[in-house]
Amino acid sequence: MSKPVENSDENLSEKKNRAYWRANIRVMTTLLSIWAVVAYGFGLIWVEELNSFQMGGFPFGFWVGHQGAMYVFVVLVLVYAFWMDRLDKIYGVDK
Amino acid sequence: MSVQAWTYSLVGITFGIYILIAFFSRAKSTSGFYVAGQGVPAFANGMATGADWMSAASFISLAGLISFMGWTGAMYLMGWTGGFVLLAFLLAPYLRKYGKFTTSEFIGDRYYSQTARLVAAVCTIFISFTYVAGQMRGVGVVFSRFLEVPVDVGVVIGMSLVFLYATFGGMRGITYTQVAQYVVLIVAYLIPAAAISWKMTGSPIPQIGFGGTIQEGANAGQFLLETLDHLHRELGLPAYTAAYVPGKRGIVDVFAITLALMVGTAGLPHVLIRFYTVRTARAARWSAVWALLFISLLYTTAPAVAGFARVNLIQSLNGVAYENAPDWFKSWEVTGLVQFEDKNSDGLIDYEGEASSNELKVDRDIMVLANPEIANLPAWVVALVAAGGLAAALSTAAGLLLVIASAVSHDLGKKMFAPKMSEKRELRTARISAGAAVLVAGLLGIYPPAYVAEVVAFAFGLAASSFFPVLVLGIFSKRVTKEGAISGMLVGILFTTAYIIYFRFLEPTAGPDEWFLGISPQGIGAVGMVLNFSIAGLVSLVTPAPPRSVQELVEEIRLPREGR
Repeated sequence: MSKPVENSDENLSEKKNRAYWRANIRVMTTLLSIWAVVAYGFGLIWVEELNSFQMGGFPFGFWVGHQGAMYVFVVLVLVYAFWMDRLDKIYGVDK
Repeated sequence: MSVQAWTYSLVGITFGIYILIAFFSRAKSTSGFYVAGQGVPAFANGMATGADWMSAASFISLAGLISFMGWTGAMYLMGWTGGFVLLAFLLAPYLRKYGKFTTSEFIGDRYYSQTARLVAAVCTIFISFTYVAGQMRGVGVVFSRFLEVPVDVGVVIGMSLVFLYATFGGMRGITYTQVAQYVVLIVAYLIPAAAISWKMTGSPIPQIGFGGTIQEGANAGQFLLETLDHLHRELGLPAYTAAYVPGKRGIVDVFAITLALMVGTAGLPHVLIRFYTVRTARAARWSAVWALLFISLLYTTAPAVAGFARVNLIQSLNGVAYENAPDWFKSWEVTGLVQFEDKNSDGLIDYEGEASSNELKVDRDIMVLANPEIANLPAWVVALVAAGGLAAALSTAAGLLLVIASAVSHDLGKKMFAPKMSEKRELRTARISAGAAVLVAGLLGIYPPAYVAEVVAFAFGLAASSFFPVLVLGIFSKRVTKEGAISGMLVGILFTTAYIIYFRFLEPTAGPDEWFLGISPQGIGAVGMVLNFSIAGLVSLVTPAPPRSVQELVEEIRLPREGR
């Protein structure tokens, strides 16, 4: 069974859009998991355990909360922006 | 030149620059007034967002706050930066793609309901007013400390300036003045911080010096943080770098506060609106990158300043004879920000964890304000700190006032009660609303409501429990209905408000044992958010699906491309 010709373009772009959205959700959940583990895991839950490691003059757990987590946040939004630029191109949704 | 002369010149020059910028980039249309014509480059919007977000509290109080909390201050640091990750991933690009003027407008359209629009607009106005009261007070305080005019006169000067550029400049004017204000505030923050770091640890980069060794004095060669923990133990205080030890907040509360601040940040209308001002959804993603980078410059410096100031404070004052106290102590004693009471009459300043015998009272703001003097920096640096504090307060105030004006003239006016209004009239209404909002904000600055700090925490809880869940659901689900969204928002707000009012005003002496799961009023927004999500989801399951047109709108905003 073949679909009517005039609809195939629309179906194709519809399919592409849905695939784009799924890919976007994957990127987002990956990066948000890192965000949650760094901020709430390393930053808050395991801080006391991590404090038994020393990094230069910093107890490591303390460093995560006062410095490290913020560096990770910046890197996460940067990776997201680059990654989404690539997805936009691959799925042709940028223009 | 004296400090006074430097301060007058620097503040005068920067104010002149702001007014000039606002004049040349003033808004001529409603789109220009509300969203700067949606033509702001991502990099500039990043700076504007930084200035918009970092208030007088971030500039003046953050380092001092952390200084007294030690590790627990991480909840503010992570809470106020981590929210931008949520903003970048979950909201900014989609709200930009939707592309109209306000957050309430999105909620009204997505939830096909004037009631939802009204609830959102009223929340916007309330949240922004509570926030702006603190800013105006900040302007007044900086004026009074550095220019020696009464606080109220300071508020009036600040008000007149914001009045000029917010009413005439609109969002376009505000955006470019915020860019200039970001530059002023970050330079003013980093110079004294670098100087102190260099003096104490030999590294001009505070983020590194913080983990370095002390250069001079009795503890030379020892790690700064090790010294700090040691000093704290001697004074009978919990160690600076320790988490959850007795005397500090418990893990559940810290967790809830961090979450409430992150989610609240992502739901604050004056922050959200900044992402409407760029050209494309792609530019909104890059704006978030620049914004978080520019904000982190200050937010990673603040904990270092906190550590330096803490060591400095204890070493230069504790056990020192009062007549030998350093000059900066004497000059700030006049302002009442530091106070010494010789309880045991031995002539020495005894600083202790035990309140009954502690003789030194220190206001947290001193940690940033007195920094240049503690580090013996020249007069122009002191003046720069004053200009930086003013830039931080004014930029945030302007952003908030604009959001209030848009909510009144666009959401309540054009979209609800006066739909036939012409564009020209709407623009005039917007200017008048902005002007009126400045006046109210000024009054709030001159006659501040009691508990200003609590009220600001309230703003975060409210943003977390009202906007964030319905915005995220509105983008990521096509099934969430107007009944779900409205009941979710109302339950979230009412729960959060009731909890804060009960424990702040009716039972202020209650502690962690009485609190729900040990969560303080500051962190309760996190619970309000969870409630909002759950109710919105459950109610949506039993109410009819949104109309076809709304589902199409959701599909449309998920794609970044321009046009239809």
